[in-house]
Amino acid sequence: MSAYSELDAVALAAETSAGKRSAQDNVAACFAAVGQLDRELNVFLNTDRLRAEAAAIELDRRAAAGEELGALHGVPIALKANMCTVGFESNCASRILAGYKAPYTATFVERLVAAGAIPVGMTNMDEFAMGSSSENSAFGPTRNPWDKARTSGGSSAGSAAAVAAGITPIALGSDTGGSVRQPAALCGIFGFKPTYGRISRYGLIAFGSSLDQVSPFARSVRDLELVTRLMSGTDVNDSTCLDEPELQLEHGDVQGLRIGVPKEYFADGLEAGVRARCEEAIATLERLGATIVPVTLPHSQHAIAVYYVVATAEASSNLARFEGVRFGARVEGDGSLQGMFAATREAGFGPEVKRRILLGTYVLSAGYYDAWYGRALKVRTLLRRDFETAFESCDLIVGPTSPEPAFELGSKTDDPVAMYLSDVLTVPVSLAGLPAASVPCGFTDVGGVRLPVGLQIIGPHRADARVLCAARAFEAATTHARERAPAFAHGGAA
Amino acid sequence: MSSTGDTLRLRESGYVSKRTGTRWMVVIGLEVHCQLKTRTKLFCGCEYRFGAEPNSITCPKCTGQPGALPVLNREALALAVRTALALGCEVKEKSKFDRKHYFYCDLPKGYQISQYDQPYCTGGGIRLAHGKFVRLTRIHMEEDAGKAIHDRGDKTLVDLNRASVPLIESVTEADIESAAEATEYLASFKEIVQYCGASDCDMEKGTLRCDVNISVRLAGEPLRTKVEIKNLNSFRFVAAAIEYETARQVEAYESGDPAQFPVQETRLWDPNLGVTRTMRSKESAHDYRYFADPDLPPIRIDRAFIERERSSLPELPASRRERYESAMGLSAKDARVLTAERVVADFFEACVRLGGKAKDCSNWIQNELFCMVGDAEINAATFDEIQIRPHDLVSVLELIEKGVIQGNAGRTLLRAIVKTGRNAKSLVTELGLEQVQDTLQIETWCREALVGKDKIIADVKSGKPNALNALFGPVMKASGGKANAQVVRETLQRLIEEM
Ligand SMILES: [Zn+2]
Repeated sequence: MSAYSELDAVALAAETSAGKRSAQDNVAACFAAVGQLDRELNVFLNTDRLRAEAAAIELDRRAAAGEELGALHGVPIALKANMCTVGFESNCASRILAGYKAPYTATFVERLVAAGAIPVGMTNMDEFAMGSSSENSAFGPTRNPWDKARTSGGSSAGSAAAVAAGITPIALGSDTGGSVRQPAALCGIFGFKPTYGRISRYGLIAFGSSLDQVSPFARSVRDLELVTRLMSGTDVNDSTCLDEPELQLEHGDVQGLRIGVPKEYFADGLEAGVRARCEEAIATLERLGATIVPVTLPHSQHAIAVYYVVATAEASSNLARFEGVRFGARVEGDGSLQGMFAATREAGFGPEVKRRILLGTYVLSAGYYDAWYGRALKVRTLLRRDFETAFESCDLIVGPTSPEPAFELGSKTDDPVAMYLSDVLTVPVSLAGLPAASVPCGFTDVGGVRLPVGLQIIGPHRADARVLCAARAFEAATTHARERAPAFAHGGAA
Repeated sequence: MSSTGDTLRLRESGYVSKRTGTRWMVVIGLEVHCQLKTRTKLFCGCEYRFGAEPNSITCPKCTGQPGALPVLNREALALAVRTALALGCEVKEKSKFDRKHYFYCDLPKGYQISQYDQPYCTGGGIRLAHGKFVRLTRIHMEEDAGKAIHDRGDKTLVDLNRASVPLIESVTEADIESAAEATEYLASFKEIVQYCGASDCDMEKGTLRCDVNISVRLAGEPLRTKVEIKNLNSFRFVAAAIEYETARQVEAYESGDPAQFPVQETRLWDPNLGVTRTMRSKESAHDYRYFADPDLPPIRIDRAFIERERSSLPELPASRRERYESAMGLSAKDARVLTAERVVADFFEACVRLGGKAKDCSNWIQNELFCMVGDAEINAATFDEIQIRPHDLVSVLELIEKGVIQGNAGRTLLRAIVKTGRNAKSLVTELGLEQVQDTLQIETWCREALVGKDKIIADVKSGKPNALNALFGPVMKASGGKANAQVVRETLQRLIEEM
C-alpha cells in the first residue's frame, strides 16, 4: 500500500475500490495530515471528521457488499468555504456569514459525493473570494507549503494548500479572475478553470456571476480531467450552465498543435525566473511537436480595469442579500430597519469587500452606468474578440499564470492595485469565459527560497479537452509536478 | 361591474374648479400589477397558495440563500405572452431580465428580478366604451417581494411565501382623463386578463394592484408635475384617489403660491381618511442600479410559441358582448353581466348550444344560479363551484316549456340538481314536481281559498282584477306549487263570477 499522500485521486480511488485500503483509512490519513499541518498553514476554516468518517463507513459498507463504486470512491476532498454543503459552515471567510450552514448542497458537490468523494472540510479563502493572497480572510491568511512566510495565492488559498501539502489529493476552488490558476501556480500544483458555464454554479456563493467558475486543484492532470468531467453537464438549477457533460480528450499530446505565445504576456514586470521557466516550457512544447506562433492580445492592458468594474458591479449586487434579516450575523444598530442593515454590513464585511461593494455600487449608479459599467461591457467584448482573432492562427495560447511567484505575506496589503496586478495574466481569460489550466513548470529562486512557477495553457471556448491534453503531455514530459513542498504530509504508510 | 353606473354618471371632460370655475384637464397613467396564475413561482418550484402558513412555501431560491440561482418558469412566460396577445401588444423575440436593487426586509436578495430596458412586449391597449383607445406603453415580467408584517408587536415579521411569485406590470400612456375612464380601463383590463386565464385579478387577495400617475394642466398647456399614488387596492379607491388628488392639485395651483404647488413624489392613499399623503419625495427616490441579471440568459420567444398561445386564446369579452346583443338579442346589460366572468359566459354559451333559449338561459343564470353563490345550502363560493352542468339547466327549461313543471317547481328542481348531483328527469318524479292539471282538484283548492274572503271577492267583482293575486298565492301554496297557474287563475275568476 502506497502512502496516502503519494497518490493522486485516480490511484487512491483505484486502490480503495480494489480493497487495498479502506475509505476509513483515507479519512484517517487525511485527518492525520490535517493535525500535522493545518495549524501552521491555516488551510481549513472548519472540518468535520465525524461526518467524513460516517461517509467513509458507508462507502466501505458498499464496497464490502459488492455494490458499484464511484470513480472517486473513498477520496477525501477539500471544498472552498463558498460552496454550500449541508452540514458544513459555508462562511466565505467572512464575519457576516459566521455560523452560516446552507440548507442545501451545491450541485457539483452532490455529483462528486455521488461518485464517492468525501468532503472533509471548508478551506480558507479571501473573504467572498475577493483577493489574491488570502490576506482578506477574516480568519487569517493561508501559508504557502513551500514557504510559510509567503502567500499560497488567492482567493482559493486553502484548497491549493491542502493539495500542495498532501492533505487531500484533490480540492475545489472557484475561479473568478484567476482564483484557482494563480494559487495553483504559487503552490506548484495543477489547477483548471473550465469554460464558463461548464460546471453548474448552483451552490457556489456568488462573487461575480458572469465570471465565477468552480475549478479543481490536483496533483495530476488526470485528476483534473476526472473531477471536471464528474461535475460537468446541465443542471436544472442553473440556467447559464452549458450542455457539455462529456470531456472528450483528444490525443494525449501536442503533436501538430499550433501554440500561440502572446507578446503581451511576456512584457516587462515579469519576474526573471518566471520568464525563464515559461520560455523553457514553451521550448518543451515545441520539442513535443507543437508549432509555436506569435500572437497578440492588444486589449489585455485594459483587462484589469474592465474586471474591476464588471466583477465589482456584480459583487455589489450579489452581496446585497447579506443584511442580517435571514441568515448570518446581525447587528441591530439604531433600531431602524435601514440602521440594522447598515450596522450589520459595517460590522460584517472586511475592508476589501467594502471597497469592492462601493466601487460596484458606483459604477452601476444612475449617471455613471454608461461611463463605467456600460463601457466595461464593451471593452469586455473587445477582449473576447482578441482571443477569437488569436485563435484563428493557433489552437492554444500559453504564457505565465502569475507574473511572479508566491510573494511574502504583508508585502502588498497596503496597495490594493499592486495586489490586483497579480491577476493581470489570468483576468483576460476569465473575462472571455475561456478554459485555462495552470501547470507546474519549474522553480525560481527568490532570495534563496525555491518557489514554484506555473504555466498557463488557454484554450478557445469549450475546448476544455484540448487544454487538458496539452497539460497532460507537458506533465508526462516533465518532473516538476512530482516535487513536494517542504510542508508536505509525508508521515504514515496509510 | 358595479362601477359601470358610476362610470357613466361621472364621465365628463376635465375637472371644474369649485372656487374659480376654471376647467382643468386631468392626465392619468396607470401601472397595473397582476399576479400570474402559475402552479409554481417565477424562479423556483415552490407552489404558492394565498393564506398559507407564513414562510411555509419557500426554498433556497426564493429566500435568497447564498449560491442559489433563479430558473425561469416557462408557464409564467406563456401566461405573460397570452396576456400580451390579448391586449394587442407586440411580443419581442428577445428580451432580458434585470436586477432592480433596493434594501428592504421583504426583498430576500436585495434586488428584485424585473425587466428594465427590454420588456417582453410593448404597445397594445384597450378601447373604452365611448371609443377612446388607452395605449399601453409596455408590459414586463417581474417577481413579487415577500410581505413585511408590522402590526404584531414591536417586531417586524417577514413572510416570504409571496417572494418570487410571478407578476406582470403593465404601464399605460397618460391617455386617461378621469376617474371614470380609469375604472373602466381597469375593469376591462381585469376582464381580459381573467379571460386569458393569466390571473385571478383579485384585488382583495392582492393579485391585482394598481398605481396611478396623475397630473393636472390647463387646456393647451404642456404637462405639469406628475404625482404617483400607491396602495390602491380597489377600483373604488382608484376613483376616489384620482378625484381627491385632482382636487388637491388644482387647489394647490390655484393658491398661486409656488411653495404649495405639487411636487414630484410618491403618495399613499389612506382609505380611512380618504386622502393621499406623501410617502417619499423625488430626492429620496431609489437609484435602482439596474443591470442585466447574469444568472438568467436572455429570453427568447420564438414565433411558433407566440402562435401557439395566440391560437389557444379564448374569444374576448367585448366580442362576446357584441355577439350576445346582435345575434342572440340580449340587452346590453345582460350581455355585460354574463360576460363579466369567463366561467359564466362559457356556461351560458354551452346552454345555448344545447338548445336553451338565450333569454331564458340568461334569466335563469342571473336569477337562480347567481343566488346560489354563497348560499349556505349550496356550498359554492364562486360560480364555477356550483355543481351543475349546462345540460341540467337546459333540461329544467325544457320541462317548464313543455308544461311538465311550473316555473316555481323548476326553481326547486334546479336546487335539487345542484344539491344531489342527479339529473332532472329522475328528480321531477321523485320530488312529485309535475304540474297538477286536474281541474276538479284545483277547483277544490280554489273554493277553500275563497272562504271568508268577501272583501277580495267584492274588489274583483267591482273591476279590480289585481285583487285576485291575494287568492292566487294561497291556492298555489295548497298545491305545493304544482297547480297549473293558468288553470288556477281561470278557475278563481270563474268561481268569483259565479258568486
Ligand atoms: Zn421557492
